[in-house]
Amino acid sequence: MADHPLVLGIETSCDETGVGIVRGSTLLADALASSVDEHARFGGVVPEVASRAHLEAMVPTIERAAATAGVRLADLDAVAVTAGPGLAGALLVGVAAAKAIAYGLGKPLYGVNHLAAHVAVDRLEHGDLPVPSIAMLVSGGHSSLLLVEDLATGVQPLGATLDDAAGEAFDKVARLLGLPFPGGPEIDRTARTGDPAYVTFPRGLTGHRDLAEHRFDFSFAGLKTAVARWVEARERDGEPVPLADVAASFQEAVVDVLTRKALAACQELAVDTLLIGGGVAANSRLRALAAERCSRAGVHLRIPRPGLCTDNGAMVAALGVALVQAGVAPTALDLGADSGLPVTTVAV
Amino acid sequence: MLVLAFDTATPAVTVAVSDGAQVLAEWSAVDPRRHGELLAPGIERVLSEAALRPADLDSIAVGVGPGPYTSLRVGVVTARTLGAVLGIPVHGVCTLDAIALDAVGLDPGLAGTPFVVATDARRREVYWARYVDGARVEGPGVVKPADLHWVGPVVGYGATLYPEHLPRGRAPEHARAAAVAAHVEAGLPTLEPVPLYLRKPDATMPTVPRRVLA
Ligand SMILES: [Zn+2]
Repeated sequence: MADHPLVLGIETSCDETGVGIVRGSTLLADALASSVDEHARFGGVVPEVASRAHLEAMVPTIERAAATAGVRLADLDAVAVTAGPGLAGALLVGVAAAKAIAYGLGKPLYGVNHLAAHVAVDRLEHGDLPVPSIAMLVSGGHSSLLLVEDLATGVQPLGATLDDAAGEAFDKVARLLGLPFPGGPEIDRTARTGDPAYVTFPRGLTGHRDLAEHRFDFSFAGLKTAVARWVEARERDGEPVPLADVAASFQEAVVDVLTRKALAACQELAVDTLLIGGGVAANSRLRALAAERCSRAGVHLRIPRPGLCTDNGAMVAALGVALVQAGVAPTALDLGADSGLPVTTVAV
Repeated sequence: MLVLAFDTATPAVTVAVSDGAQVLAEWSAVDPRRHGELLAPGIERVLSEAALRPADLDSIAVGVGPGPYTSLRVGVVTARTLGAVLGIPVHGVCTLDAIALDAVGLDPGLAGTPFVVATDARRREVYWARYVDGARVEGPGVVKPADLHWVGPVVGYGATLYPEHLPRGRAPEHARAAAVAAHVEAGLPTLEPVPLYLRKPDATMPTVPRRVLA
């Protein structure tokens, strides 16, 4: 092992059951089972449905990961698991499974932070992350700006959403436009033929006073309401709603604020690397605008491929490797799930 | 044949290891909110007390409820995963059956009397099953205590919670892993290690209205 520990990572914080196996910075397996289809008709993730699905998927997903990686679990150097933040009941399924592997095979256990794992996964594609870096994590469950000073020990929150997560805003706007769940990919696709300047929707927390108090925070609830108002006014007047234009204008408002604040953080803290992760990082307009603005600002942009941006087990394994390499002490077997685990706690 | 047994479907986290002839070690704690934290250390403690390693085990027996879902899943996923990594079989035991077996062990006279096992199902309901000659003849089900209309002996925490409807309460209140092991060792019917949920998930349509101004 030494420099290239073999680590299995388990992720169950939301609706994806992920088991990844990483050796050093090499991804060997990234097995995933998703219950997203079971949630679609509810328009959002139903915690009990997700927890039941995690239980059913857990052992088959572990076995699939081991088979894909071509390793014996007995050869693992450590087991890592998302301890939070996330849905408490869902997290607990993964935590219990990880403990069973760790205790059953006599391996060290690491309870890790989901957000830090989103940052760590980029190592698998782009090598070690230069520090300090700014990380922006945007998904259906979180929207955070972080200062990463040390992946294993030093992650500081700069800002977060005050209301809806970015991905949640996509889901809700998709719903009011009559598009299916999950809304992110639907809005992205619909927006492609639309005019992003058709409606100038509000950019939350970008006014002078807001910037003083919430420099790096986000707010998407007002934007969602603005879209709803606009659509309703159209319908009231008996005019058709230009779906593609509304989707493009909404999406532009979201990615404009996200990239503006991320780059402001880079500039103010004199950091020249920006990493974007989370499910919304798969959004094509976010990727394009971030690339454009980063290159203008001289900031290196790192975005993992879409499959590694969404929740998965590989990211947990990647963070586990970093913790083993940094010599961080393993977690005791009385590890619990912490749905509100602060980002400053990288390893429990 | 060494069997590791545990149950997390009642307020107790309970673990035992048995060699078929006797219980080698057992440990229980009543802490309904901390099953997730307590189970693995409990297993570690019981095996080390019996001077055993996980690899020595021949099978696992787990209580599959019915019981509160989050804690119930902790036991079932632990059993399945441990069974998978050790390559040993995992047997499910209806938690109410284990409580019934325990009750008859404590009071052999109960075997000749029809009785009910009732545990806390929350929401002012109980999980229940009815036993004749120690064997389950009805249930498991979930019901309001008043709707059980049962005047005979009642084993389990349900009687502690609802004495007005279930006045003839008997020990034990909670599951005990030694009884889960005994159930398997006695050759009584086992189940797949799948939770007996008995209720559909609470999944209501989101309250976010399509019309925010309507
Ligand atoms: Zn995530």
